[in-house]
Amino acid sequence: MNAQRVKHLIRKEFIQIVRDPSAIAIAFVMPVLLLFLFGYGVSLDAKHVPVAVVVDHPTADTSAFVGGLQQSPYFTPTLYPSIHAARQALMQRRAAGILWLRSDFSRKLAQGASAPVAAEVNGVDANNARIVEGYLEGMWQNWLARRAVDQASSRAFPIRADPRIWFNPALRSRDYLVPGLIAVIMTLIGALLTALVVAREWERGTMEALMATPATMGEIIVGKLVPYFLMGIGGMLLSVALAVWLFTVPLVGSFWVMLLLSALFLLAALGMGLLISSAARNQFAAAQIAIIVTFLPAFILSGFIFDIRSMPVPIRLLTHLIAARYFVAILQTIFLAGDIWPILLKNGLALGLMAVFFLGVTALRSKKRLD
Amino acid sequence: MSDPLRFLGVTKSFPRGHGRVEALRDLDFALSPGRITGLLGPDGAGKTTLMRLAAGLLWPDQGEVQVLGLDTRREASRIQAQIGYMPQRFGLYEDLTVQENLDLHAGLQGLSEVTRRERQQALLTLTALGPFGKRRAGALSGGMKQKLGLACALLRAPRVLLLDEPTVGVDPIARRELWRIIEQLKQEGATVLMSTAYFDEAERCDEIVLLHGGQVLGRDTPAAFRAPLEGRTYLVQEEALGRRKLQDRLQQRPQIQDARILAQGVRVLTADARPHPEGAEEWRAVGATFEDAFVARLGEATSARPVIAAPSPAAAAPPPIDSIIEVHELRRFFGDFEAVAGIGFEVKKGQVFGLLGANGAGKTTTFRMLCGLLPASSGTLRVAGVDMRHARAAARARIGYVSQRFSLYGNLSGAQNLAFFSSAYGLRGGKRRERLAWAIDEFQLGEYRDTNADDLPLGIKQRLALACALLHEPPILFLDEPTSGVDPLARREFWQRVNSLAQSGVTVLITTHFMDEAEYCDQLVLMSLGEVLAHGSPQDIRASARDEAHPDPSMDDAFIRLIEAHERQMRRAS
Amino acid sequence: MWTRIWALVVKEFLALLRDKKSRVVLIGPPLIQLLVFGYAATFDLNHIPYAVYNEDQGQAARELLAGFRGSANFQQVATLAANRQIAPIINDERALFVIHIGPHFDRDLLLHRSAPVQVIVDGRDSNTASVALNYVNSILLGFDRRWAAEHHWGVPPARMVVRAWFNPNLLSRWFIVPGIVALLMLVVTLLVTGLSVAREREQGTFDQLLVTPMTPAEILAGKALPGLITGALEGAFIAVMAVLWFKVPFVASVLPLAIGMLLFLLAAIGVGLMISSLAVTQQQGLLGAFLFLVPSIILSGFATPIGNMPVIVQELTYANPMRYFLVIVRGVFLEGDTLANLWPQYWPLALIAFLSMTAAAWLFRHRMA
Repeated sequence: MNAQRVKHLIRKEFIQIVRDPSAIAIAFVMPVLLLFLFGYGVSLDAKHVPVAVVVDHPTADTSAFVGGLQQSPYFTPTLYPSIHAARQALMQRRAAGILWLRSDFSRKLAQGASAPVAAEVNGVDANNARIVEGYLEGMWQNWLARRAVDQASSRAFPIRADPRIWFNPALRSRDYLVPGLIAVIMTLIGALLTALVVAREWERGTMEALMATPATMGEIIVGKLVPYFLMGIGGMLLSVALAVWLFTVPLVGSFWVMLLLSALFLLAALGMGLLISSAARNQFAAAQIAIIVTFLPAFILSGFIFDIRSMPVPIRLLTHLIAARYFVAILQTIFLAGDIWPILLKNGLALGLMAVFFLGVTALRSKKRLD
Repeated sequence: MSDPLRFLGVTKSFPRGHGRVEALRDLDFALSPGRITGLLGPDGAGKTTLMRLAAGLLWPDQGEVQVLGLDTRREASRIQAQIGYMPQRFGLYEDLTVQENLDLHAGLQGLSEVTRRERQQALLTLTALGPFGKRRAGALSGGMKQKLGLACALLRAPRVLLLDEPTVGVDPIARRELWRIIEQLKQEGATVLMSTAYFDEAERCDEIVLLHGGQVLGRDTPAAFRAPLEGRTYLVQEEALGRRKLQDRLQQRPQIQDARILAQGVRVLTADARPHPEGAEEWRAVGATFEDAFVARLGEATSARPVIAAPSPAAAAPPPIDSIIEVHELRRFFGDFEAVAGIGFEVKKGQVFGLLGANGAGKTTTFRMLCGLLPASSGTLRVAGVDMRHARAAARARIGYVSQRFSLYGNLSGAQNLAFFSSAYGLRGGKRRERLAWAIDEFQLGEYRDTNADDLPLGIKQRLALACALLHEPPILFLDEPTSGVDPLARREFWQRVNSLAQSGVTVLITTHFMDEAEYCDQLVLMSLGEVLAHGSPQDIRASARDEAHPDPSMDDAFIRLIEAHERQMRRAS
Repeated sequence: MWTRIWALVVKEFLALLRDKKSRVVLIGPPLIQLLVFGYAATFDLNHIPYAVYNEDQGQAARELLAGFRGSANFQQVATLAANRQIAPIINDERALFVIHIGPHFDRDLLLHRSAPVQVIVDGRDSNTASVALNYVNSILLGFDRRWAAEHHWGVPPARMVVRAWFNPNLLSRWFIVPGIVALLMLVVTLLVTGLSVAREREQGTFDQLLVTPMTPAEILAGKALPGLITGALEGAFIAVMAVLWFKVPFVASVLPLAIGMLLFLLAAIGVGLMISSLAVTQQQGLLGAFLFLVPSIILSGFATPIGNMPVIVQELTYANPMRYFLVIVRGVFLEGDTLANLWPQYWPLALIAFLSMTAAAWLFRHRMA
């Protein structure tokens, strides 16, 4: 490593970055844009779910029951005259669920014969349906508890479930999605930043000129890595700032630990980009490969939105090949749970290994020759 | 002292498809120190491979390459610290300025601050790039880019300088300057190896290595190459007959190895050292040039010289008008920049009409407007009697177009490219089959039917592109720098085709920056900075540059003088 | 005219398929992604690790825990002996939740007193946490009902019976796999068309095409057909795989799906060609395709419902062809939608296709490098 040569290579890269706004756009504009779009756009918290309410025989009891629905922020109830009309609405996707109190509701209630309440949900979006189902059952249980208090009866349930939700008591999905998004976005940026730059040198013939100088391949790689690493860190800081101040995600753990682990992740992501780039040697193929191996896998297999623990074993093994997976775990933990070392060390180690692997293979593959 | 560059039994092959293609075979030669050696040969002879082997960028499969006594396999980095190498594609960072490019290479060569400044100063003076230090390399003209590329390779005052076609695509003025720099280096004691496609440059080299099919065909001084040809070269004239018809007739004779058009007449190389005058022909013995030697040597190596068939059947009859292309006050702006500044000219049916000019003179922009690819900002433009500003589609069926880079579909085979373009031009049925057969036959594409266009040598690509453009028998043919980068033999074969097309009544519009090719045209327009500098036959243009000091100027001289005069005028005006 | 279009179609296919790399890119990734994502993308919980901290050795507690052990959703990984063991096992993600039964559980129940069961959940992944809580709740409710019946606690005054339409067992695979049909069709179409014009521009062959007598409409047709054919073939194949391999029910008929696919492909091709004719270089084309692809997927309702988005973002999704097609595929697969039902989804797709294709055809000739 000759410091002077590396310095000149880095300087050259920076001048190119400044002159070609596309790199700046990738590093700084893209994260802001994507975070905005997804931070607001991706949410698993159902709110204002349109529910069709059918009351066959309105009484004071039915109003009390339906009242609970109206006060809930989760539902936007609409009264329908008949179950037929309500089902029509469900078919036409105007309602996501139906709550149906039959004509005998009040009578059975008075008899103490367990009055039936029928709920129907559109099960196409299974996850959403399950959430709506949970909300409805919660409302029903609240109603039961209230009624027990009102009538001073002790007919409570045998078991009193007492859930304690750690780290994210309100179960705000944004708090876990935003850190995951940062990981997905940084995967993209890391790969896109580097995938194109080495391929570009091959394509424009400048690589041949560089190789004919005394600069070694190691120096050329370091000269590529340093500038984009710094840009990546810049993009990362920007994303974290947005997460904390715009999306009000709590940052429980240490900022510096996060920065350190992000650096490891970036090395792995940039290393992968460099490997793709030097293997493909043309920008077109490099970008195609970069998109195929980064975006969709990071989106679906990283645990950012679909829980890895629920996947079948072969797929769970496959996720270990995806750098974003480790970074998602790290970010979710640091943001929401704090510096939990067993997790951070395990995932950090994996990232370190990936970085060493990608950079090592790139270095080994990069002979200073044209064939 | 060891030889600057020595090849010892070097063989190099590359994988292609399932097999391997041998680029160099059993190559043995050494350069003499302190001399300029020219590397010449047709496309695919292995010139670039040889350069890369010498720069240590490729390793030989067999044998050994030594630079300054060092083996390229083991001591590539020590070699690379002592040589200068300029690849064919300049290798400049286009978004860096001239100064930044120089700084980068100085840094990579490990120059100290003092030497760096001294050296850069000297090189900027030498290349006259001083005033452009802050300009981005991408915004330089082709010639300036080459000079900058050369300056970058020269920063460390290399002992061996390797230049891969440094003058290709460069106008005569810039070529002249590049040569000044190279000769100055020689005086400083450097050894230079350069590949080139220009014969006038070959004449200036101290020594020439002629490469063919990966082997050295000959290695000598230019004079020694010429010697065996003395007495076999003649200038033929016949008053009554046009040069083109004369050349055509001469070529039919078995004793004549080569016939090419010059300003004064047709230059002939005979197989035996005797003139063969016929009819009213006037034969005059002239001195042999390296070009003759090149043709003779390669003619022996490649047994079968392609025979260009008689002109194709009369092309679809053009409308009965005399001027087939008319241009008046044509302008084109790109933003504030006026790329074409109110030019006008006329082209008559059956002419070969040349558009000459340096890079950035506005040739290609004019061309694109003529083909209907670019709307004009103002002015009139009539092609085949159709106003191109309104009825472009009608005109398109009557033109053929070959673009600068022989735009073919790279991963389609030759036959598939032909089939596609025939249908794109709306040919069908028997007519289509007939034209496809004609193209394969006429352009000798039989053996390349199933080869992907990307894998074809440049000369064949050019043939294929021309065939594609002629499938629909257009009365007008547009050729945009069709010979750039093509080797000398393919170039002359190409011109024979153009000549026979013109004879059959096809009008040919052509841009070129090879000044010797200007002689083949009937009419010329010389452009600079978007304006027409001169207009007329090649003789007229040469005559306009004649004065006492230059009683018989070449096209190169005429070009340089006209452009210089124009630039002086511009400077005075501003 | 048809000869010319046909020639262009043949040429495009040859250009796509003669190159080994692009053949692989076209066929390999969609298949692998279908398999991997079909299995990976699920919101259902399987074998979720949990731990038990039981301070009561009574019969009732054992009965309750048996309910958890019998569930396929959960898998017990540890039995804790002390309160201080709870934090580490959750922090390190070795267990998603811990069930804590206090020492007086049995006694309380036998005394007809409401007995507390504490469930400590890792809320880092809030979706997993809330789904897990739902499952836990239903196991607890089941125990409740049995215990109440057996020990004469009486019945609650009202009971809720929930029925899920179209997907009675609420399997997320039924929801996700039809979504993958849409996802992969979009990716493949954009790969085929998003670069086709930019590549020709960069290589200079587009000029060559423009000097032939072909009209922009013919070029458009020639460029669109290969995307349409590849997209339709892959789409059909994936749809068949969804039924045969992933066992997703197919309730409606083929025609509404075919029409939806056609319109969706036309819209996607239009956008792809528009991006590609705007771009001067392939790199710009690729970046453009990518910048269209990512928001299209995220804001389509593929994984997260559009209804949960803020209103402004919801309005943005009306420009997204995938949004409409997702409704169509899921409607056809699961809900038995007919042509008439789907009309509100068809016409926006047709409109997007028309607008983007017109723009693309105009750009062919007016976009100059």
